[in-house]
Amino acid sequence: MLRYIINRLALVIPTLIGITICSFGFVRLIPGDPILALSGERGVSAERYAALVTKYGFDRPIWEQYFRYIGQVIQGDFGDSLATHRPVIEEFFKLFPATVELAVFALIFAIVLGIPAGIFAAVKRGSWLDQGLMGTALVGYSMPIFWWGLLLIIFFSGYLGWTPVSGRIGLQYFFKPVTGFMLIDSLIAGKPDGFVSALRHLILPTIVLGTIPLAVIARQTRSAMLEVMGEDYVRTAKAKGLSGQRVIGLHALRNALIPVVTTIGLQIGVLMGGAILTETIFSWPGIGRWLVDSIYKRDYAVVQNGLLIVAVIVMLVNLIVDLLYAFINPRIRVQKS
Amino acid sequence: MKLMKSLLAATAIIALAAGAAQAKQLIYCSEASPKHFDPAMATGGNDFDASSRTIYNRLVEFKHGETAIEPGLADSWEISEDGLEYTFHLHPGTKFHTTDYFTPTRDLNADDVVFSFERQFKQDNPFNAYLADSQYEYYEAMAMPSYIKEVVKVDDLTVKIVLNTPNSPMLANLGMDFASIVSKEYADQLAASGNTADFAAKPIGTGPFQYVDYQLDSVIRYSAFPDYFKGKVALDDLIFAITPDTTARTQRLLAGECDIMSYPNPTDIASLKENPDLVVMDQAGLNIGYMSYNTTVAPTDDVEVRKALSMAINKPALVEALFGAGNAEPAKNLIPPTMWSYNTATPEQEYNPEKAKEILAAKGVTEIELWASDRARSYNPSFARSAEIIQQDWAAVGVKATINTVEWTQYRIDGAKSDRPGAFQIGWGGDNGDPDNFFAVLFGAAAIGTQNYSIWNNAEFEELIKQGVLETDPAKRAEIYTKAQEVMTREEPAFLMAHSTIYMPMSKKVIGYTMDPLAMHRFDNVDVAE
Repeated sequence: MLRYIINRLALVIPTLIGITICSFGFVRLIPGDPILALSGERGVSAERYAALVTKYGFDRPIWEQYFRYIGQVIQGDFGDSLATHRPVIEEFFKLFPATVELAVFALIFAIVLGIPAGIFAAVKRGSWLDQGLMGTALVGYSMPIFWWGLLLIIFFSGYLGWTPVSGRIGLQYFFKPVTGFMLIDSLIAGKPDGFVSALRHLILPTIVLGTIPLAVIARQTRSAMLEVMGEDYVRTAKAKGLSGQRVIGLHALRNALIPVVTTIGLQIGVLMGGAILTETIFSWPGIGRWLVDSIYKRDYAVVQNGLLIVAVIVMLVNLIVDLLYAFINPRIRVQKS
Repeated sequence: MKLMKSLLAATAIIALAAGAAQAKQLIYCSEASPKHFDPAMATGGNDFDASSRTIYNRLVEFKHGETAIEPGLADSWEISEDGLEYTFHLHPGTKFHTTDYFTPTRDLNADDVVFSFERQFKQDNPFNAYLADSQYEYYEAMAMPSYIKEVVKVDDLTVKIVLNTPNSPMLANLGMDFASIVSKEYADQLAASGNTADFAAKPIGTGPFQYVDYQLDSVIRYSAFPDYFKGKVALDDLIFAITPDTTARTQRLLAGECDIMSYPNPTDIASLKENPDLVVMDQAGLNIGYMSYNTTVAPTDDVEVRKALSMAINKPALVEALFGAGNAEPAKNLIPPTMWSYNTATPEQEYNPEKAKEILAAKGVTEIELWASDRARSYNPSFARSAEIIQQDWAAVGVKATINTVEWTQYRIDGAKSDRPGAFQIGWGGDNGDPDNFFAVLFGAAAIGTQNYSIWNNAEFEELIKQGVLETDPAKRAEIYTKAQEVMTREEPAFLMAHSTIYMPMSKKVIGYTMDPLAMHRFDNVDVAE
């Protein structure tokens, strides 16, 4: 097990280097100039422009800029936002809880609906239920997030008036954030109605962000269940006269969940990607929207460091999932080590 | 019966008390997060809305809904005969905000005014570079370093701004956001405690609202300043609900989550106007969308070619297709009709494709580059769409236009290059309501390489805009700028497209909101119905 962990950790270093190259390179591949983007409509004089280029080191060779950036990151210096002048790390941790809160709810939504949907589809293979569920999953997977979000807002918030349009909590609730998680902070502040408001604000963004993972989990659960249900031990269990519920719940599902757990782990990356659009549509003050705004502003410091931090977090979560996976399933541990 | 009466009376008293205690709150759905709250370093309209127009005041202010100025922190002022000295008399007893992070010990005085300007140009001022990348872009862009010689305290309530050369737009410039007056006492306190960065994060001003809280990218909260020198405003609380997506902003207004919103989609205007709970205010924007011909590169270096190209465009049809009916006015001058010195005598642009075709054929013009960018602006909602329409009009007169689409920031770099060929679509929104802010900034020779995308250097025009800055008599200035418009019409350095209308949808409970020609969003004169 220890060797496996060491092996997995050893992979982290080249991955991290790859991420820094990507995050540093991608933002520079986008056409546009950070200084002009930040100077607004009015532009900037040639002298001022030249001074700022020198100040930010944009006149240095690209490799030198990269190594300067790496040097700063190694020292834990993630720099200041070119737009707001605030430290990137400070902004990140102010906004990250909002993204985590949304992502957790979206994942719960995806798991709670996705696994039963996959099981039903597998059990009723070939039936109209299977076709319907998997067809819906395919539609969910294919739906553009931006369009889906706006559609839900216009229908549920605009037309029916059931849900709030955007934001994290009703604007009448005002309390200083303690944890950054609105649900927890509203309770700490002694505002149970604020908690309800925060919960209502989560409904639509959760559905939008959770739709793709839901579809993926449902499809993965279905195929894993179908594979397991063809195994000898399941046939034996059925032959022994066990009830259908016991065969599926106790014997088939437990083994089928192993690849599903890995799929769920991989959805963390999907959720982070999806959060970028979901947060923009719902004015959700998380890191997704922050990164999008920064890309528009060509705020190199935020984009390259923000992406790096997000990538590291996603990588760590996947690492933990892999370790748990190995822990749960001894065969994997033995094979891998 | 007696008991019943007593109960009713008690209920009425409680209801009255509850009504009286209910705070008047206005929720404004804004379009973007502010960079910070230091107006001298800000450049975006949303930054100014969140800082200078709510928290701060200036020596002079723009009148609500106008570009004329009125007294601000200065009750009165005198300008010396040579136009080099501006002496301002400050309003006595003006208080700074008292918050949980700062308690002022004195009222506003000349030290604050001197500090507010000096920090923008004196490098030894501790607040000149208090943030890592401090930049005073507007101070520089308005050429203040070349005009302002010094800012002098005469006495506690008198301050003098001394210029190097006369500058007629100076008063209008002093009404701009960068000229907001900050507290020197607060700055000194932050410098002493080593928390200078708080100057941009936790603002202190004299304005109608004081800062309460900012949840990053989400909500800004203000409360009315009870000791505001012009008297407490009608609102008690002002909230900026930051909602970047236009559709979401509109839906929030429709759902009653906001009382007022900025920048609606032009396509939503008709349906918003039909909503019985809303009012949609509109005003001619102080802006211009235009297309600069490079006057130094063939074929557009020939004035006849430029005129023929403009003549080939069906301007009213273009404007209607681009903005929608009634959402913009075709332009015939660079400045909009609401601005003083607008030349009403300028003829409408002639639309004559046959004549244009003849001229262009005679000049041998068969191809041209037409520039477009990916960003929607208030003066042009789609450069791509306008480019396509113009391309069709030019094709009809035998000129094949190649549309060159470039990302917005790179677009402006490429457009400003002196060897850039063809016609370049761009536009402008005024800063201070002074014609100089259009003519000199967009077509002055000094702006070649930055904002003069026509690379146009016309001696007569240059002389006129130079006179316009030096002249102090408004009537004479108007005459000068009228002539400048005649020169532009004659020389056609650009095809002047449209002045767009600005819309502001709001709930019917919002009372007293005034549309602003400078696209500012001010709430100090706003009330909400109970």
